[in-house]
Amino acid sequence: MTEPLARPKRKDPLKKTRAPVAPPGARSRTALGLTAAAAEGRFQLQVCSECATVIYPPRDACPRCLSSRLPYQDVANGGTVLAETTLRTATDVYFRERLPWRVGIVALDCGPSMVAHLHGDVHEGDRARLTLQLDKSGQAIAMALPAADTPNMADDPQWRELTADPKHRRVLITDGRTAVGQALAQAVSDAGASLVLVGVADPWKPFPGEARLRGIGRVEIVALDMTDTVSVDECAGEYAPRVDILINTAEHVRTGGVIERKGLTIAREELEIRYLGLMRLAQAFGPVMRARGADGVNSAAAFVNLLSVYALANWPAYGAFSATEAACLSAAQSLRAELRPGGVKVVNVFFGPLETEWYQALPPPKVAPAALAQAVVRALQQGREDVFVGDVAEDIRARLAVNPKALERELGS
Amino acid sequence: MTLPAVQRLPYDDVVIAAPVTIPYRRYSTNTAHWWVGRAVREVLERAGLRSADIDGLSLASFTVGPDTAIGLTQHLGLSPRWLDHVPLGGASGVVALRRAARAVQCGDAEFVLCVAGDTNHVDSFRRMLSTFSRFAQDAVYPYGAGGPNASFALITRNYMRQYGATREDFGKICVAQRDNALRFPHALMKKTLTLDDYLGARPIADPIHLFDCVMPCAGAEAFLVCRADVARSLDLPAARLLATIERHNGFPDDPIQVRGGWAMDVDELYAMAGVGADDVDFVETYDDYPVISMMQIEDLGFCAKGEAPAFVRSHTLTADGSFPHNTSGGQLSVGQAGAAGGFLGLVEAVRQLTGAALGAPVRDAKVGLVSGFGMITYDRGLASGAALLAAGTA
Repeated sequence: MTEPLARPKRKDPLKKTRAPVAPPGARSRTALGLTAAAAEGRFQLQVCSECATVIYPPRDACPRCLSSRLPYQDVANGGTVLAETTLRTATDVYFRERLPWRVGIVALDCGPSMVAHLHGDVHEGDRARLTLQLDKSGQAIAMALPAADTPNMADDPQWRELTADPKHRRVLITDGRTAVGQALAQAVSDAGASLVLVGVADPWKPFPGEARLRGIGRVEIVALDMTDTVSVDECAGEYAPRVDILINTAEHVRTGGVIERKGLTIAREELEIRYLGLMRLAQAFGPVMRARGADGVNSAAAFVNLLSVYALANWPAYGAFSATEAACLSAAQSLRAELRPGGVKVVNVFFGPLETEWYQALPPPKVAPAALAQAVVRALQQGREDVFVGDVAEDIRARLAVNPKALERELGS
Repeated sequence: MTLPAVQRLPYDDVVIAAPVTIPYRRYSTNTAHWWVGRAVREVLERAGLRSADIDGLSLASFTVGPDTAIGLTQHLGLSPRWLDHVPLGGASGVVALRRAARAVQCGDAEFVLCVAGDTNHVDSFRRMLSTFSRFAQDAVYPYGAGGPNASFALITRNYMRQYGATREDFGKICVAQRDNALRFPHALMKKTLTLDDYLGARPIADPIHLFDCVMPCAGAEAFLVCRADVARSLDLPAARLLATIERHNGFPDDPIQVRGGWAMDVDELYAMAGVGADDVDFVETYDDYPVISMMQIEDLGFCAKGEAPAFVRSHTLTADGSFPHNTSGGQLSVGQAGAAGGFLGLVEAVRQLTGAALGAPVRDAKVGLVSGFGMITYDRGLASGAALLAAGTA
């Protein structure tokens, strides 16, 4: 039975903050296929294209037929736990600090035996569901979860290390004026966040949805103007040590390609809010979050970027906007590497058109703000790093994986 | 296409002499080169040979990097015409012996000096582990298993569940080995071990506790392989090589390890030697963990699979017991000096068979079995081998 997580006590300011250390992060290139699967929440192993043998650990030749064509594919994730052990000593500092730690070996239904972390409700002889997760070094590991959900299972200490669960954590939502920002405030509050800071530029100015927003449990409105470095720094100065999850909801969406949208005024605004805004947040909040990655139950856990899926493939109808989103994506990738030493995940959430005013003339399918908010919360609870929300985003992802050039033409027609 | 079965060539006239142990130390600031060099020198002294006489060299070492055997030739001033580097951990001794035996048998070398030596710095163990194998990097270390303990804990757990072995059974092996070790001058463990001590020891990774684990240390072991007539001409006491087997990645489809490669070739081992399991006077198993010793007792023909717990309960395993086992104390009580752990049993067997035991002697030791095992790169030990030796050079 998993003990439900207790709400953490107030932090003792006189005690040294535990410095983040990472579990072993070296992997062969072939093993990084597992990291790609874990980032998206998929369970994939190499499957030999010639004899269909499912292969683990990652290899460069099939152990049955010696084929070198071993692509990663979705495979069945069920298995039986053959044996378990509880580590009581460890030479690695990360695990040493977190003992006792349970691991086991699972005979997968699809063939190989897999060493995996064990959820507290999984024991020797049990059936289990295997999942690939990103650990604090940003690399994939396998975890055996109980075959059916058990009470409080998200509170398992080994599982919590692999996720950025909002429960008992303090969340900063950078712009509460937007429908998405307000939906997220509700979603993270419902998910058990202990504090929901919602940034608003010029909070004295009324805005639609304000009364409802202020009524959500544990919401506190804070002054935060993403276009103003002083504002961002002041907000960070006050709140950064209490931001465990940062979700950047600042948006700026306008139609038009690079020729079509004459002049640079809108381009400057767009860059100011989206790209430079992200830089301001990264610089003001990043260092403190990185230092707090191992700071107990409410450790700093995630920096969430909401990105148009057109950051990955430009859509000329929204061409200039796509380019700015692409700039934000690249910056987010740098941020991912820069925050990794702290064990803080950078989560990129991609979506197509939303059910909001700036996508008004587009036909469905479009993503409702509440649906996006739910998807963000789920991604945090599942420890995912690359998230595609809605049919259009999934479609773009699928097309990119097969033929990016074809997609470029399709989007440009 | 079935090829006709080939009879393996007998090891007529291949002998093993000059068993050498350089006393182990828990930690050493010296290099592996230093330990290997000391072992090589002592083999030469015992055999009455000079460096120029050594025309074959076989090296096993985890910490001699960035060198391999070739670097040691210049470092130690040897000019062999036969050279081997055996990176097989606990199977290194048996495998080095197999290679050397054919070399001297065919005249490719007259004297093959087989040596295993490793240093142990304060961070040697941790460093060695982090670069041990690709599968360990990708699929073991990320799970907190800084070392083989967790992997063997899982194997032990499964073996206990599948065959009913108890901690007391494993403890009996460890206690008997400690009794043997108390009489062996080079053992690093010098205190008596009772079954209660064993059972109550600090847990490492359930069900493995402190006395199930070897102590990594620095040290070296070595021996000389040559033809019987050469050994006689030097008045060198020697043991005869009767038979060997070797098998790697045996039983890859077993979901978890319950047997090692020996089970595939054990019949050939005894057939080649012309003796049976009943003729064996003592056994030196590779004891990285007691569960593996049990598997060797089964897979080398002393009882059926799964019967080792009963076998252990019904035998005494001290040097003067009904089944003399790991007669110098094994690695569990002597210490594991890296790859030298793979030579320890072979060196002890040669001493027993030449009447030169440093510790407890096995009475009337005529035939000895040495088994090697090692290289757990993911979830099972891959390397295995065994050798049957006899007393006398005739």
